[in-house]
Amino acid sequence: MTATTQETLPRRIDRSLPREEQLRLLANGSRLIRRRNLALIEAAGLGHIGGDLSAADIVATLYLAVLDLDPSNPKLPDRDRFVMSKGHCSGVLYTTLASCGFFDPALLDEYMKPLSPLNGHPDSKKVPGVEANTGPLGHGLPIAVGMAIAAALDGSQRRTFCLVGDGELQEGSNWEALMAGGHRGLERLTVIVDRNGLQQGAPTEKTSRLEPLADKARAFCWAVREVDGHDHAALLDLFERLPVEAGRPSFVIAHTHKGNPVSFMRDRVEWHHKVPSADQVRAALEELA
Amino acid sequence: MTAVAAEPTLYDCRDAFAATVEALAEADERVVVVCSDSVGSSKLGGFQQRFPQRLLNIGIAEQVMVGVAAGLANGGKRPFVSGASCFLTARGLEQIKVDLAYTGANVTLCGMSPGVAYGELGPTHHSIEDIAWLRAIDNLVLIVPADPLETEQALRAATEHDGPVFVRVSRMGVPLVYGADYRFRIGRAARLAEGGDVTLIANGTMISRALEAATLLAAEGVGARVVSMPTVKPLDVDEIAAAAEETGAIVTVEEHSVRGGLGGAVAEAVVAQRPVPMRILGFPGFAPTGSASWLLDHFGLTGAGIRDAAVELLERKRP
Repeated sequence: MTATTQETLPRRIDRSLPREEQLRLLANGSRLIRRRNLALIEAAGLGHIGGDLSAADIVATLYLAVLDLDPSNPKLPDRDRFVMSKGHCSGVLYTTLASCGFFDPALLDEYMKPLSPLNGHPDSKKVPGVEANTGPLGHGLPIAVGMAIAAALDGSQRRTFCLVGDGELQEGSNWEALMAGGHRGLERLTVIVDRNGLQQGAPTEKTSRLEPLADKARAFCWAVREVDGHDHAALLDLFERLPVEAGRPSFVIAHTHKGNPVSFMRDRVEWHHKVPSADQVRAALEELA
Repeated sequence: MTAVAAEPTLYDCRDAFAATVEALAEADERVVVVCSDSVGSSKLGGFQQRFPQRLLNIGIAEQVMVGVAAGLANGGKRPFVSGASCFLTARGLEQIKVDLAYTGANVTLCGMSPGVAYGELGPTHHSIEDIAWLRAIDNLVLIVPADPLETEQALRAATEHDGPVFVRVSRMGVPLVYGADYRFRIGRAARLAEGGDVTLIANGTMISRALEAATLLAAEGVGARVVSMPTVKPLDVDEIAAAAEETGAIVTVEEHSVRGGLGGAVAEAVVAQRPVPMRILGFPGFAPTGSASWLLDHFGLTGAGIRDAAVELLERKRP
């Protein structure tokens, strides 16, 4: 067991603290989650570190400061919902859920081990806090639309968030779901695109072009905002001011960097699912010290 | 033995579907219906009038229809997903596997107008593969009701079941099969006629034809047991083992491809339990155009056709 696996993980942030303090805790929390995420992947010898690090600030901001959840009572009917549609980035999801207290962080050492509940892709039946079984791309957004419809039928104020990868948007089911969500004006539904520009083997724009992405989402009747997906203050400001536009679901394009902020991983396509060596993990941890 | 109905009137099981879903919605506000531009073809006009907010027409988008149902179930609803079986099960297959079965979502899938109900429209609209590809998916109950009574009871059983259920809802007219005291249970077969020479195992629209075949066989001195097997998964293995043991020959009949459906399921059980000669009746491949009843006649899915298959099989049974 490495020293990293023994480190304390961040807790959910007391929202009554001064804002500067909240942002300091978020920045430090994201750093600790990234460190533990690296240890997790090193121990498993498997994972998707590039996408985990790309999404870490978004996932940490939502879980540590935004989502209305009770980790000791993960099935409360009126909880906010978060769907990790890019299910291959289970590393950052599991680390963050453990950090919030949904399960014992010691379980993180079992990531992808035989019979572990922490499968390579999240399983809601086995892991408290996981809302949807994702992995095949293009599944999360339709499910999130259903969750948001259920909330609307109940007259509930609960919110639904769905994080999708950018390459994932090549799956047609997302566009069916965008059409359905836009048509119904589900204003308590927010989709966040982890727009790091890289899919498994190449840039999205060299594979099957997504741009002009904002225009496409607007054409599907969604209100669009673009944000720096690594800027906690910007993310928090945006998530506190939802919906972007009354009567429409929100489509947030979060500009991110795959592998961020590790110098030798950042924006490098090969880090989609390359597993770092022990030396590389040490070097990455030094950068995240 | 289960009592058989005698009335000759033909029923469209979609009417029983619509009435049952309305009654369930009346009693339980969690009940919602999700469909894909299929309000009319699912006979949901009445439901829409009574519960406009709870009829969610997602548009012509089966993948999202199933995904949305999974999200609704996560949000505490009891969704019924209704769409033409050919599109619902093929287009939505990965969502059925992952979002419903693997997740264990309490969603009832209603495959409308299955088999060759859309006869003249051709193989694009025939749904003779649905049971085969759904049967491979774990944690998914498959029910093929034979008449309106069984359709209603299957839908009610589905709402009490923990996990997803697929119910195939016939469009082609069927007579009442069961007596009024029939009680459907998931995974339980019903013996409709007794006989010791051969067993005819059928479900859905083929039950009345299997009963007709048994009558024809009786006239020739052949005792045919008729077993209704509405639940294709989980299968009533005990009833199949008894049929193999006690009659020594089995003919299966289904409005489905001969590959991977009821016949395949029964054959898997028979080889594991007590190997006996079998015939699997259904469609050998893509069916040509023609009305549903013409297609059933053409492929021998009639009382006489089933009788002929049973007689042939009896030749093989003899040492």
